Amino acid sequence: MNTQPPTHAAFAAKAAQKTPPRTAEIPTQLQRDEARTIFERSVEGRRAAVVPECDVPETPLADLIPPNLLREKAAELPEVSEPEIVRHYNRISRRNFDLDTGPYPLGSCTMKHNPRLNEKVAALPGHARLHPAQDPKRAQGALELMWNLERALSEITGLPHVSLQPSAGSHGELAGLLLTRAYHEDRGQERTKVLTPDTAHGTNPATVTMAGYEVVKVATAPDGGVDVDDLREKADDQVACLMLTNPNTLGIFDRNIREMAKIVHDIGGTLYYDGANLNAVMGWSRPGDMGFDIVHLNLHKSFSQPHGGGGPGAGPIAVSDRIAPFLPVPRILRHESSNGAGPSFDFEHSAEKSIGRMRGFQGNFGVFVRSYAYIRSLGGDGLREASEIAVLNANYLLARLSTGRAGKHLPLAFGERCMHEFVLTGDPAKRELKVKTLDIAKRLLDYGFHPPTIYFPLLVDEALMFEPTETETRESLDELAEAIDSILAEAEEDPEILTNAPFTTPVRRLDEAAASRRPVVRQPL
Amino acid sequence: MSRYTSATDADREAMLAEIGVSSSEELFEQIPAEVRLGRELELPDGMSEQDVFEHLRSLAAKNADADSEVCFLGAGMYDHYVPAIVDAILSRSEFLTPYTPYQPEVSQGGLQAMFEFQTCMSELTALPISNASMYEGPSSVASAAYLALGAGKGRKKLVVSRGLHPHSRATLATYAEGFGATITEIGLENGLTDAGELAGALDDQTAAVFVQNPNFLGGIEDLDALASAAHDAGAMAIASVDPMTLGVLRPPGECGIDVAVGEGQPLGGRLDFGGPSFGFFCATEEHIRRMPGRIAGETTDVDGRRGFVLALQTREQHIRREKATHNICTSQALIALGGVLHLVWLGKRGLVELGELMVRRTAYARETLAAIDGVALLHDAPVAREFGITLDAPVQEVIDACAADGIAAGYPLGRDLPEHENGLLVAITERRTKADIDRLASSLERAVAGASSSRETAEVAS
Repeated sequence: MNTQPPTHAAFAAKAAQKTPPRTAEIPTQLQRDEARTIFERSVEGRRAAVVPECDVPETPLADLIPPNLLREKAAELPEVSEPEIVRHYNRISRRNFDLDTGPYPLGSCTMKHNPRLNEKVAALPGHARLHPAQDPKRAQGALELMWNLERALSEITGLPHVSLQPSAGSHGELAGLLLTRAYHEDRGQERTKVLTPDTAHGTNPATVTMAGYEVVKVATAPDGGVDVDDLREKADDQVACLMLTNPNTLGIFDRNIREMAKIVHDIGGTLYYDGANLNAVMGWSRPGDMGFDIVHLNLHKSFSQPHGGGGPGAGPIAVSDRIAPFLPVPRILRHESSNGAGPSFDFEHSAEKSIGRMRGFQGNFGVFVRSYAYIRSLGGDGLREASEIAVLNANYLLARLSTGRAGKHLPLAFGERCMHEFVLTGDPAKRELKVKTLDIAKRLLDYGFHPPTIYFPLLVDEALMFEPTETETRESLDELAEAIDSILAEAEEDPEILTNAPFTTPVRRLDEAAASRRPVVRQPL
Repeated sequence: MSRYTSATDADREAMLAEIGVSSSEELFEQIPAEVRLGRELELPDGMSEQDVFEHLRSLAAKNADADSEVCFLGAGMYDHYVPAIVDAILSRSEFLTPYTPYQPEVSQGGLQAMFEFQTCMSELTALPISNASMYEGPSSVASAAYLALGAGKGRKKLVVSRGLHPHSRATLATYAEGFGATITEIGLENGLTDAGELAGALDDQTAAVFVQNPNFLGGIEDLDALASAAHDAGAMAIASVDPMTLGVLRPPGECGIDVAVGEGQPLGGRLDFGGPSFGFFCATEEHIRRMPGRIAGETTDVDGRRGFVLALQTREQHIRREKATHNICTSQALIALGGVLHLVWLGKRGLVELGELMVRRTAYARETLAAIDGVALLHDAPVAREFGITLDAPVQEVIDACAADGIAAGYPLGRDLPEHENGLLVAITERRTKADIDRLASSLERAVAGASSSRETAEVAS
């Protein structure tokens, strides 16, 4: 029986050194305790905060606000002391796997290193403590930073105009389709359809519906790119836009991009670039040069903002000249001074054809600071090198997984090489070894790796999508390849080792169906 | 400049050999030559860590932040004291660096934090269902419209109080273009949503009524009355609420509000020039399968141990695609955890005490400022933490004069509301002491008098 501590110590186990346990330990009292919520630690009368003394007249509240508008019963927030709070959250934090303790090759998510310099500059009081409604005259440094970031993203995307406003990739997508709608309406056209390939991220079709359009799927050709004939057939005068990711979610650069752009432009549509995979091409190829009109970038993917367990991010958009009049407000203006005092910056709050606001204030400025620091750290050649090594690492891992057991049971779904990510199919493993992609993923947890993205893209059976990023070392890629080989050897020996995995994680496989059938989404108090 | 990578020349050589190519350029030949960038990016050269730090420090130094002046700015984001534990916990790698919890076995910390967040927000709003966060406030308002239109069986009209934050109204108008919905605006009467005008606007095409509490001018609305007016017309009642006032104000769930959303920045958030913050989204039970975004749920593992997962994922874009309840994916998990930490630190009593302190100081500030010559109240509706005044002087001049005294006097209402060209919105938090308020009063008095007299001089001269 394994006696290691019940926290995630096993995450640190190096696959190359030893095979992780194949049986689970018995739940201990400590484990039950670790899943207690902060509400279950509440004891009446305990407290952490001391609220400042009242230094103005202590008028009864009912004399200031009509009693019928006042709360009668206090919200049941926990009553706990500060040491308990700190211990509770440190304990539960140890039940997370994170990028700083292990490889995280989650495809289409670009889990690259999060530089701590960026956290340090974001925390400077001039940034973190700057009120969003501050008079722009007294926030010139912030506006200058945003302007500089806009210019850098413009150069990286090859599109002249940028709005930093959208809060995440999906928000940028919605902005992009509302821009498309405004563009067509301005030309007196009501179009109804948006084309997306069947390899698209789920946010694409969901956004299409939110923007009031109908989704039309375009098929994938045998080479993994868009089926150009199918595109040509579906491109009619009701098509407002084609949304694409390039390289696509198979990690393949669509070689026909110029031809596709021409097809869509010829019918008067716009071309939208989902920037989730920009990390493959920074400094090598630009969406603007490919023919795209609108691009969103994920600053939390390509530009090193930490993912925070599901946000925050930012999804700036870059657009071509013909889309620019419709960009969201506020926009940043740069004024040259006539007396040599250097430029000044201001916000433009309205523009005749603008779609308006996508959110409050100016956007996720704290994310802008981090990504700007990242871009200034790397420079143009550094960004290019980041993409180069991202592609090198992905192809190296692919090469390592193309031989031996992985090559036999988990072949590449499309093509021969890849850009920054690649998709394997676990279909042979399922047939030959009786293990599903899910089982392989769960066993990888025992080996100390976060699994790749699984079951996406949808057109690949039993898909495993690997994106190692440029910040992984060659050794960690070797270890990942060896872990997968070892897992497949286990499957050959006894598939149950995989189908029952994981064994070493804070909890084992969870009943997700029950959580949706009878949802318990808050603590009963 | 190479940074954050490890590949040495020897590594590259070995890796290229393994791949079977002679150079990494060869890998990029997958990109057709006509769309390959044949030059370097025209960006400034990369810099050393210390040079980047100095550059960013010099930019930051050009901003007047809330540590360098006394800040009475609000309008949706507020200068609250953020307890030290927030930064300490949020900077832990285990919370800072993971992705969305797609593998729950190794994401229990983040999932449990979401579950605790949902419980906190559900308690604050007195609504049973909360999601795990939205991007921020105004886009959460627009997202509530998407839910209401989906639930509204073809109703396409949204009735919106002018007391809703101008950014929320503007964002809602942007989204409504995609939703194919129309917006009817209801004015304010003495600082509160005009009930008569609202009654006249409601009809059998109205999907939802939108109000804010406290509203943009600081007034505390009668949510019960507004919600029943909406329900009488068969419409949903949606309120954007300030979570920091919910220690003292009647929670939306007790007033018949169907969906409560809001800006989470007051809870543990940095000012950050406007973001990242978090939005919240709470609703009645009947809307659980229409909710946007992530929701954590409790379950058990194969050994019977308690655990948490992402629940009801069949609502979401990665499963349901074009039929999803919303397109949101990445939201604000880390910042929402900051909100939980602040709320837990305040605790059951602290949130109430803090609310009471804000209400009392706000009352004191309102009375003190209203007593100044040339300053009048914008309305006399009850307020909690923010209030509008009108100045008998050009607002920008007064703001500039106060800034010279080291005070950010407030938000110029004319920026968004032409009917209040002379209006100033003043916000109070637990950080603004009586002494700060007195300082604002004397600075404002001088500024208003100075601006008025210079204007008289100018008038005489002309």
